Amino acid sequence: MDGIHDMGGMQGWGTVRIDPDEPVFAEPWHARTFALGLASMGVSGTNLDAFRHSLERLHPLDYLGDGYYGRWLGSAEQLCVDSGILAPGAVEARARRLRGENVEEPADVKVCKPQYQRGGAGSLRAIDALPLFAVGQSVRAKTFRKRGHTRLPAYIRGHAGVVSAIRPAAVLPDSTAHFVGEDAQHVYTVEFASSELWGEDAETSTLFIDMFESYLEVL
Amino acid sequence: MTDHPHPIDRPSPQLRAEALEALLVERGLVKPEALDGFINRYVNDVGPMNGARVVAKAWVDPEYRQRLIASGTQAIKELGFGGPQGEHIVVVENSTTIHNVVVCTLCSCYPWPLLGLPPAWYKDPAYRSRIVREPRTLLAEMGLKLAPDVQIRVWDSSAENRYFVLPMRPEGTEGLSEADLASLVKRDAMVGVAVVTAA
Repeated sequence: MDGIHDMGGMQGWGTVRIDPDEPVFAEPWHARTFALGLASMGVSGTNLDAFRHSLERLHPLDYLGDGYYGRWLGSAEQLCVDSGILAPGAVEARARRLRGENVEEPADVKVCKPQYQRGGAGSLRAIDALPLFAVGQSVRAKTFRKRGHTRLPAYIRGHAGVVSAIRPAAVLPDSTAHFVGEDAQHVYTVEFASSELWGEDAETSTLFIDMFESYLEVL
Repeated sequence: MTDHPHPIDRPSPQLRAEALEALLVERGLVKPEALDGFINRYVNDVGPMNGARVVAKAWVDPEYRQRLIASGTQAIKELGFGGPQGEHIVVVENSTTIHNVVVCTLCSCYPWPLLGLPPAWYKDPAYRSRIVREPRTLLAEMGLKLAPDVQIRVWDSSAENRYFVLPMRPEGTEGLSEADLASLVKRDAMVGVAVVTAA
């Protein structure tokens, strides 16, 4: 989806500051949320790609305003609600009760975890098909616009690059995030010149990015 | 202008995290001790000290360095490292002419088994947006001024491959032990926004 998460090349964000003394978790609730985020995938019967897509589906104001672990919290809650583990509004109602408000908590709803088959643990898969593209081959990233999850960022779409490596085949996040099969396929690292991505006046650099086979076409 | 998605008195994230945990625990779906285990692992056991050991070994053992470049996942396993976000580790090596830097423009993908969880700057929209477009400018702002003839390679972690930068060994470290070398190697150099310096 064309969402706020797709940040490559956006302008206007200012500079980046490194805090050399940053703790792993700045707040206790960051740590609890990290662990809850990991746990939410299992209890909701979903997966990592669905978790990422759940982050992307947050309202853009929440995505930016809630901060990193705030997003994780929103995503974990969303997965639990989507799968019927928790009723819509259950977390907010409980949070209000925790701060002393006398609000009613919603009744439980029917559990409706996604039903789908996994071809194994993790994301890597052995597949029989031979790679469509070879190292050194010129390719172009497709220009598709999906409503759902994809790992083809907007700044790459339509641009020409060269295959620099063939990586292990893996499940396609565009499919697994929506529980419609794994569609395991070859993955390529493709290199793009900065002038191709950002124009002739761009700073000179080379961008390497991993592309699922179905993201690419012959140039 | 779109309306804000929540009421102005929305409960704090602290309370919502506490609420989510309580609701899942009451339903028997998670155990607080299991959550403690996830947290302890990334606070105490997994972090940049793992990556630093890999780098130091590669600096003193040319054959290990070759294996690390050829097959990162297998080579780090030799030191006991692996696990979530480490299914396929790719090691990219800095030299006097090539500087590598890693990003995840879409979220926060990062080689957990070697570096632990990503720091705030790695997840900052400013880093995610700018490092792919103006890396030399941004690296300089972050304190790393590269010579004009150094080529910059930016790696956007968009699939399940996880990129790890093997920094250059600093001059003046010839006599140091592997353990002393490892103590010089910091997180930011293994992501590519800094270089390693001798003490």
